[in-house]
Amino acid sequence: MYTEKVMEHFRNPRNMGEIPNADGVGTVGNPVCGDLMSIYIKVKDNHIEDIKFKTFGCGAAIATSSMITELARGKTLEEAMKISRGDVADSLGGLPPIKMHCSNLAADGLHAAIQDYLKKKEAQNK
Amino acid sequence: MDYTAGMPVDNRVVEVMLPYFSQQYGNPSSLHSSGSEVRKAMEEARTKIAALIGAKKNEEVFFTSGGTESNNLAIKGVAYRNKDRGNHIVTTTIEHMSVMNTCKALTKEGFNVAYVPVDKYGVVNVQSLEKAITDKTILVSVMYANGEIGTIEPIKEIGEIVHRKGALLHVDAVAAAGQISINVENEYIDLMSISSNDMYGPRGVGALFVKTGTRIQPIIHGGGQERGLRSGTENIPAIVGMGKAAEIAKAEMKTEGERLSRLRDKLTKGLLESIPSSFLNGHPTQRLPNNANIRFSYIEGESLILSLDMLGIACSSGSACTSKTLEPSHVLLAIGLKHEEAHGSLLFTLGKQNTEEDADYVVNALPDIVKRLRAISPLTPKELLT
Repeated sequence: MYTEKVMEHFRNPRNMGEIPNADGVGTVGNPVCGDLMSIYIKVKDNHIEDIKFKTFGCGAAIATSSMITELARGKTLEEAMKISRGDVADSLGGLPPIKMHCSNLAADGLHAAIQDYLKKKEAQNK
Repeated sequence: MDYTAGMPVDNRVVEVMLPYFSQQYGNPSSLHSSGSEVRKAMEEARTKIAALIGAKKNEEVFFTSGGTESNNLAIKGVAYRNKDRGNHIVTTTIEHMSVMNTCKALTKEGFNVAYVPVDKYGVVNVQSLEKAITDKTILVSVMYANGEIGTIEPIKEIGEIVHRKGALLHVDAVAAAGQISINVENEYIDLMSISSNDMYGPRGVGALFVKTGTRIQPIIHGGGQERGLRSGTENIPAIVGMGKAAEIAKAEMKTEGERLSRLRDKLTKGLLESIPSSFLNGHPTQRLPNNANIRFSYIEGESLILSLDMLGIACSSGSACTSKTLEPSHVLLAIGLKHEEAHGSLLFTLGKQNTEEDADYVVNALPDIVKRLRAISPLTPKELLT
């Protein structure tokens, strides 16, 4: 059902965990649907310096979370905002069609974390 | 440990089937001797199935293409034939989809369906069932045992009520037949569905028990086979195979049932003791010998299944993410689990080839898998992570 790349990320997820005092946190999904994902970011000089995740969900949910941390690390915030759901799925060699909608939440999680960071920064500047 | 999803056909069953493909290929409806030999084999199979379920007469057993067709025939056949008497059907919230969706289809044809709730163990609430039966009720359909959570229903008690209220009782015994003792006469059953492939027989064949005198009409019309109730040339190799499977199931029920119950209890106890925040789904004692359904808080079933599969362990889940729909199992929701609890359930269905070593292997492997997935999950409370 899953590609070898998905299984590899499921077996050995990259950057799993939380970042204490993260600059931005994005939580998306809903345990009711079977997928819940939190993305934590540290931002330095407009770049994603560190990124971690925690995920409740199926194999695809865990693998996409792991993949987004690899795709986003070191990118500028503008570049990171451009990473799409499709990019995540492509980087994993594709996902089963039924998983494209429900479990492919990682890009949304990343974008939510960046927005959280920007909102906090704006609040500080006021 | 996923026998419910697919059982191997018993070698002894395969053996008796083989001659009926290319050597004894006659049609039981033919008058010549090749036809009559095949007819004899078919009637022997019917006798064996009648014996398994305690039917008084062979002719109360009708062959179908499987459990789904048997459930369709029982419910639609009784509903259409008795609509002059009423348009109300009573069933439960934990039935198989072939009962659920048949009832749902009938609501589009003017029938009304009441769904009786179950308790937290999955046992049908008998008082609610009694109250749900009205003077318009023609049929009550309750499963003998639930294949997903293993709970066995109080069919005899339900049968008494249904008959007292003047309705007919249909029982879906697909998960139970061959595993536990059933007697259609003593338990007031009017119609009962069984399937061959849930007792180590071939796929594509099943049976419907219809008590003599029950008002029912066919849903498949044609050449009038099965005394007009189910037309279509009989699938003789499969019917002979199902007969053999029923014979073996009856002969081995006691010893195999006791063996599987021990295995089930060992697996259940081992997992509940070694994994914190784990719970048994279904009834603790009134359950099928082969069924262990266990839920683990804070994690999701598909990731458990993938992890177990890497270690060569096959089982199922109540999670949406392993099925074609996005909803978790309606059975797990009916026993009162929250969506996220239903998602974290694993179903082990044991069978002939499972051993004590298999149970030990799972009990040894699963704690670390659960621990790893809980470490990844944002829902896990901190105290469980140490």
